[in-house]
Amino acid sequence: MFKATSSSHALIQVTFLMIGLAFVAFLFSDIAIHTSQPWFELSLMLKGFAQPVFMSWHTLWPALCKTLSFAIQGVVCSALLGFILALFFNYTWIRLLASFSRAIHELFWALLFIQIAGLSPLTGFLAILIPYTGVFAKVFSEILDECDKEPERSLSLNPPNLSLFLYTRFFMCWEQLKNYLSYRLECGLRSSAILGFVGLPTLGFELESFFKQGDYAEAAGLLYLFFILIISLKYVFKVTLLPFYVVAAFLYLPPVASGSWTLMWGFITHDIVPAPLRTGDWLGFLDWCKTLCLNSAFKGVFNSLILAQIALVCTGVMSLTLFPFRSALFFSKPWRFISHSGLIVLRSCPEYLLTFISLLIFGPSMLPAIIALSVHNSSIIAHLLALQSAQLKLQIDVQVGFNRYFYEVLPRLYGNFLALLFYRWEIILRETAILGMLGIPTLGFFIDSAFEDIRFDRALFFILISAILNMTVDSISVFFRKRLHIHSQPELV
Amino acid sequence: MSFSFKDHELTYGPKTVLKNLHLHIQPGEHVAIIGESGVGKSTLLKALREQQASTSAWCPQQPGLVPMLSCLHNIYMGRLDQYNFLINLKQLLYPSAKIRTEIASIAIKLGLEHELQQAAEQLSGGQQQRCSIGRGLFSKKSILIADEPVSALDEFQALKVLDVMKHHFETMVIAFHDIHFARHSCKRMIALKNGGLYFDKQIDTVTDDELKEVYRST
Repeated sequence: MFKATSSSHALIQVTFLMIGLAFVAFLFSDIAIHTSQPWFELSLMLKGFAQPVFMSWHTLWPALCKTLSFAIQGVVCSALLGFILALFFNYTWIRLLASFSRAIHELFWALLFIQIAGLSPLTGFLAILIPYTGVFAKVFSEILDECDKEPERSLSLNPPNLSLFLYTRFFMCWEQLKNYLSYRLECGLRSSAILGFVGLPTLGFELESFFKQGDYAEAAGLLYLFFILIISLKYVFKVTLLPFYVVAAFLYLPPVASGSWTLMWGFITHDIVPAPLRTGDWLGFLDWCKTLCLNSAFKGVFNSLILAQIALVCTGVMSLTLFPFRSALFFSKPWRFISHSGLIVLRSCPEYLLTFISLLIFGPSMLPAIIALSVHNSSIIAHLLALQSAQLKLQIDVQVGFNRYFYEVLPRLYGNFLALLFYRWEIILRETAILGMLGIPTLGFFIDSAFEDIRFDRALFFILISAILNMTVDSISVFFRKRLHIHSQPELV
Repeated sequence: MSFSFKDHELTYGPKTVLKNLHLHIQPGEHVAIIGESGVGKSTLLKALREQQASTSAWCPQQPGLVPMLSCLHNIYMGRLDQYNFLINLKQLLYPSAKIRTEIASIAIKLGLEHELQQAAEQLSGGQQQRCSIGRGLFSKKSILIADEPVSALDEFQALKVLDVMKHHFETMVIAFHDIHFARHSCKRMIALKNGGLYFDKQIDTVTDDELKEVYRST
C-alpha cells in the first residue's frame, strides 16, 4: 500500500488515513458533557488551585519518600535489566518478552501483584520494574543499534566481545543512555505517584483522596509539590550520585512482602486459571472465552481503539500548534520560557490525573480521556519538535511567521513529527486501557471490574487481550516508520 | 604466516571488483598497493585482513577512534583482545603504570606525547591518524594492513611515522595514494587496474611510465 519512501506524498497519504480513521472513530464515540454543573465544579477547583494548602510535613514526608523510593528502585533496576536484554535484542523471544512486559500498564501489574503480595513494597517495586524493563530494553537496543560501528570494525573481525563493547559502543552511547535514564526517572516518579491510585502509600494515594473528597486546595498543594519535585529532578539527580540514592531507597523501603506462599500458589494455580479449566472442562473454556469476548472484550477493544485514534489525531494537531511557541524560530526568549514551563507542567501531570480532573468537570464520557491523553502527549511531542526545530539551518532571508512555519519548518520536520507520533501510538493505547479504571469503558474498565468482583481469571484474560492489542499496534507503528523511512530519536526529553 | 590468493575473485557488494587474482605475500615483505580510486584497493586489504584476522593490526582510512575516550585509551584498545574483560575494565578506570609507560614511548615516536590525555574528538585529523597508528603499534602484532594511513599528515611527519612503522612491523601491506611515500616505505609494489593486477614487482624497478599508465583512464 505504502511504498518504502519518505516522499511527501506518502506522508500525506498516511496523515489522511489517520485523520480518516479518527473521523470514523468519532462517529462511534461517546463524547458528551454529563455533569450537571461542570462550571461550578471547575470554579471550586480553580479556587483551590489559587489558594493551595500544603499538607503537614508529618503526613507528607512518608508519602514523598515512598514515591521516590519506588521510582528509584524500579527505574534503576529496570534500566540494568533492560540494558542486559538490549544486548540480546536480536533474539526474537527476548523482543517478544520485552514487548509483552511493556504492553501491560504498571497499574495492571500492580493490581496483579497486590493479589499475591498485598499492598507491600514488593508490589510497588515489581509494578514499575517489569514494564520499565521492557521499555528500557527496546529503547536501549535502538540507541546501541544506531551507534557508529566504525571503531568496532576497525578493531576486530572476530565476534564482538564484552571488552570491545565496553570500549566502543557503550562509551559512544553513554550520554544518550544517561539522558534516557534521567528522563525515565521522571516517568518513574509519575508512575510511582499513580500507584497510589490502587492503594499503595505514595503521593497519588493522598492526591486521589483529596480530589474525591473535593479538597481541591489540599490537592493543589500536593500537585504543586509534585511539579517542583519533577522540575528539581534535573538538578538533584546526577548519575554519579545514583548508587547512593539506590542504596538509600532500598534501605528505606526494602522490596519485601509478608504474603504467604500458600496464598501465592493458590493464586497462580487456581485463582487466575479460567474457571472451566479448573475442572478440566476444555469445551466449557471455549464457551467461557466466547462469552467474555462477546460481552466485554470486543467492546473494550473497540472503545480502546476508538479512544486511542481520536486522541492520537488530537495529540498531533495540538503538538503542531504548540511547538512554535517553544521554538526560537518563532518566538522570543520570554515567550519561550513561559511556553517551556507550561509544557513541563502539562507533561509532568500524569494522564491518569488529568483524566481524573476532566472527569470531575465533564462527567463520564470519552471526552475527559481524549483531553487528558492529547494534552499530556502533545506537550511531550511539542517539546521534542521545538528542540529539533532549533537544529534546522534556515537561510537568514527566509520567510517569517506563518509562511516560515508552513513553507520552511513544517515540511522539514513533518517526517520526524510522524515518527514521534507513531512512537507514542502504543503509549496512548496503553493509557486508554488504564483510563478504564476511571469508568471509561475501555479494556481497563473490564479489567478493573473483574478485579473488584474477585474474578482474577477474567482479569488476567482481559489483561492478556490488552497486551496483544498493544503489541499489535506497536508492530503496526514499527511497520509505518520503516515503510515511510521516517525516524526520530525516542522520547528523549 | 603469509597471504595467498589463487585465481580468486573479490567482490564489493554485488559488484565483482578483482578477478583471477593470483597473489602471494611472504612474511617480512613490505608491500605497497596503488591504483585509482575505486579500483579495489580497500576490497583487497579487507580480504587480506580476513586471512590473518587475529595476527594483523589494521589502520583504516578513517581512524575508527572512540571520540570521547582519551588518546591513551584509544591506543590501548589495540590490545583489547589480549586481556580479559576485568583487566580491560581496570585499565579503562585507571591505566597501570606499565601500560602508561609503554603507550608513552609509542606516543613519543609519533609526536603525540602531549596529547595522550586529550579526548580523541579534540585531536586534529592528523593527530587522530597518528593515534590510530599508535593503536596498531601497541597491538604487538607482526603484520600491519593499512589503508592510506598517513594521508592527513604533512610530508615530514608522514615520512617519520612511516619509518616507525617500517621498523616495527615485520610484514606490511599498505594502500598508498602518494607514490613517494610508497617508495620510501616498501620494497614491493602491486598496482591494480581494470579489475585485476596491472603489475607486481620490486619497487625500485617500477618506471615512471608504468606509474603513469596505472593512473591513466581507459
